[in-house]
Amino acid sequence: MTTEALSLPARPSPRKAARRKEGNAGPVFVVVLAIVALWYTGTILMNWQGTADAFARAGEARSTSEILLATMEQERPMLPAPHQVFAELKKTTIDTPVTSRRSLLYHAWVTLSSTLLGFGLGVLLGSVLAVSIVHVKTLERSLMPWIISSQTIPILAIAPIIIVVLGSIGITGLFPKAIISAYLCFFPITISMVKGLTSPDPMQRDLMRTYSASLAQTFWKLRLPASLPYLFTGLKIAVAISLVGAIVGELPTGAQAGLGARLLAGSYYGQTIQIWAALFGAALLASLLVALVGLAERFLSRSMGARPA
Amino acid sequence: MKPKGETVLKRVTEDFMGDSGAQPGLSAEPGLASRAPVVDIQGLSLTYEAADGPVYALSNVDLQIEEGEFVSFIGPSGCGKTTLLRVIADLEQPNGGHIHVNGVSPSEARVRRDYGFIFQAPALYPWRTIQKNVELPLEIFGIPKAERNERSRRQLELVNLKGFEKKFPWQLSGGMQQRASIARALSFDPKLLLMDEPFGALDEIVRDHLNEQLLKLWDKTRKTVLFVTHSIPEAVFLSSKIVVMSPRPGRIIDVIDASHLGRERKLEIRETPEFLKIAHRVREGLRAGHSYDD
Amino acid sequence: MNASSRAIVLTPLVFLGCLYALNLVHSPAVTGQAGLGFWCFIAFLWLASIVALSGLSHLSPKSATLRRLVGLSVPVLFGAFLFFLWEVIVVGAGVPSVLMPAPSAIGSRFAASLPVLRDDFVQTFVKSVLSGYVIGCLSGFVVAIIADRVPFLRRGLLPLGNFVAALPVIGIAPIMVMWFGFDWPSKAAVVVVMTFFPMLVNTVTGLSAAGRLERDLMHSYAAGYWTTLVKLRLPAALPFIFNALKINSTLALIGAIVAEFFGTPIVGMGFRISIEVARMSLDMVWAEIALAAIAGSIFYGFVALVERGATFWHPSYRT
Repeated sequence: MTTEALSLPARPSPRKAARRKEGNAGPVFVVVLAIVALWYTGTILMNWQGTADAFARAGEARSTSEILLATMEQERPMLPAPHQVFAELKKTTIDTPVTSRRSLLYHAWVTLSSTLLGFGLGVLLGSVLAVSIVHVKTLERSLMPWIISSQTIPILAIAPIIIVVLGSIGITGLFPKAIISAYLCFFPITISMVKGLTSPDPMQRDLMRTYSASLAQTFWKLRLPASLPYLFTGLKIAVAISLVGAIVGELPTGAQAGLGARLLAGSYYGQTIQIWAALFGAALLASLLVALVGLAERFLSRSMGARPA
Repeated sequence: MKPKGETVLKRVTEDFMGDSGAQPGLSAEPGLASRAPVVDIQGLSLTYEAADGPVYALSNVDLQIEEGEFVSFIGPSGCGKTTLLRVIADLEQPNGGHIHVNGVSPSEARVRRDYGFIFQAPALYPWRTIQKNVELPLEIFGIPKAERNERSRRQLELVNLKGFEKKFPWQLSGGMQQRASIARALSFDPKLLLMDEPFGALDEIVRDHLNEQLLKLWDKTRKTVLFVTHSIPEAVFLSSKIVVMSPRPGRIIDVIDASHLGRERKLEIRETPEFLKIAHRVREGLRAGHSYDD
Repeated sequence: MNASSRAIVLTPLVFLGCLYALNLVHSPAVTGQAGLGFWCFIAFLWLASIVALSGLSHLSPKSATLRRLVGLSVPVLFGAFLFFLWEVIVVGAGVPSVLMPAPSAIGSRFAASLPVLRDDFVQTFVKSVLSGYVIGCLSGFVVAIIADRVPFLRRGLLPLGNFVAALPVIGIAPIMVMWFGFDWPSKAAVVVVMTFFPMLVNTVTGLSAAGRLERDLMHSYAAGYWTTLVKLRLPAALPFIFNALKINSTLALIGAIVAEFFGTPIVGMGFRISIEVARMSLDMVWAEIALAAIAGSIFYGFVALVERGATFWHPSYRT
């Protein structure tokens, strides 16, 4: 690795960077197009029977092409067509005031606020735990195995208990959902941060020792900066499952508001278009959150001189 | 924090001002020969407990190193040369014998920041620029910013890295990175430099070049250098004294004086008979220490 | 030395103290109305256990087996002590079981409802999870191989797969319930979708894990695509594939349980959890969660065991 000659390697050649950038946009576009085409085909096939039956019940004889068009305009289709979902998205976001309970933005905000609160709590808890695990050997030996093995059990199943128990002692609304999110996301944060804080190699730690640096100096100047790339990997996972936690947390209470509530209500009343719109809302929210974390990572790693990947 | 930083700073600035160019004031130093040796080791031993019995990393090592010497430690892997250096740096604890660094125990010397350590790899922190890496020890010692900048600038100039201050380590070649790590060790101007196979990972052409530069640096700064290597030409070319070591148990089998080669050496010296004679003696020593296995 | 001998003396004493406290807390005089003296005793036990555990964790005996034993005993004792605290606090302070049942109550509930638990296990784990897991992982693997054969597809699918992996896929549960009905196939379908993408992404990544030199070697033998795949690239991809299998083992169980929140026939772990939570019989919910935890860790452990056998050559297993 360090055997290159003395010449200064220039920044990665612009040619290479350009190739990377043009890279995947084309294929991704084609694949997305293929998925949309498949989706329309699915819409036609899955809704055909229902549509034809509906016409037959009404005693109307329709041509094949008329049925074909009608499959994409059903009110409660088995599979709504993409344009129906987007029309619903538009209707519930742009055309409806944000304060209305019919606005998807309102529900997204309900979910987002508990996601963020839970994420914040989880980050705090997770990093405090990681720092103590790294510095206290007893904690490392006793607690760490439990944190790792708890990754293998479906902890999301505890969500209903937290909601109901907190509800029964009078705590409702935002906080119980945030607790679930925090609880879910502190595991990946703790694990990735412990990994990051212990990532400096012996040589880098010996260097600090030759300077007889204090524990705090070693932490701030070596361990913490070294842990950041690992931390961000954990943060991306954490913010995504924090959202999952908030959505699942909205299910057991019969859910008055939030994306999870929209899913559940849609499922009760067979409102497929509403389900799909909520699903897309959740997906958009998730990718927005992950992208924000990714952006923060980019910003930070650039100021820390990371090799542009 | 603060007062300690200031004393270091004071000592450092005085010494540093004196070091550029061999000033006559400094030539008085060897006259203080009666002073205690920089490193004084007596009957030192170090044993590891491994799964299949004890490993004698160092056994009954005696060694005195005077101020201003350039001492190379050479021997096959497992002979304890790196371990010995790490004991001097208080990175390993011996189980027997006496060791003094600048008249005090290694741990006191470490706390006083008496030495600079240069590792096999540059061990630069990848999130710091070259300049910030050089300033790292100064930050830890609590030296004010203006002084830090000044010193890192001067040290980078000394190792010919001017103009690379704002680069990050990955943007430099291996040889340049190792030079930056030397600048980092020099930044707080320790009297003693401990170098653990610093050029082992570099190719021979770069290594020759850096050897020459290191020798100039040594001549200019008058530091005491302890240098671990497994290359015979490198050891002979650089050193005023060569310590030949042998494994199982790790011990010193020969100490060769090479000061008669002079302080200023060119690469061509390696073809001279004096050089070859010393190299031959080193090789003989290594062979003797090796004879009973493989 | 001092700390270790302290630990060796203290650990059995703490253990006996815990047994005594357990005995005490279940006596009618103490249950639900434990006095100050009792809590002082518990606090004392806590401090003693901290000293004992820190002594144990700094212990490093010379023999390797003994060292492993100590390494294992520290987390086990720590976990056991947490359960002890849970039991003692809940029983001693008389916490109502609708808030937090004691582990002993959960345990007896578990033992008393074995038939129900077995039915739920069969419904959720055997039918939904296993079938969905197998189908999802297999199809993810097959699509990954196809994507590997068609670079254009790989470049299109990989970013999408990574994107989907971050989405709350669990949200498709109501749709699957609508499509495949209330019984287990809809849960299996959720599991298929949840496990598909991690497998796809990991396999595709793993297939490019073989080094340049190794591939050049295959090239120099004039080996074809399939030979290279079977002899070099699949073995090199195994750690990645097993990583996906492990991630998926957890995801599958979560997917099946949460999907049951959206509607099921009257059997299944998720169904039981949601119905018993509504009835406030939390001991049954906890028994169900214990079952999920046991099933999840055995499933994971099994995959990890197979991985160890299949990728023994990987540096992470070298000692």
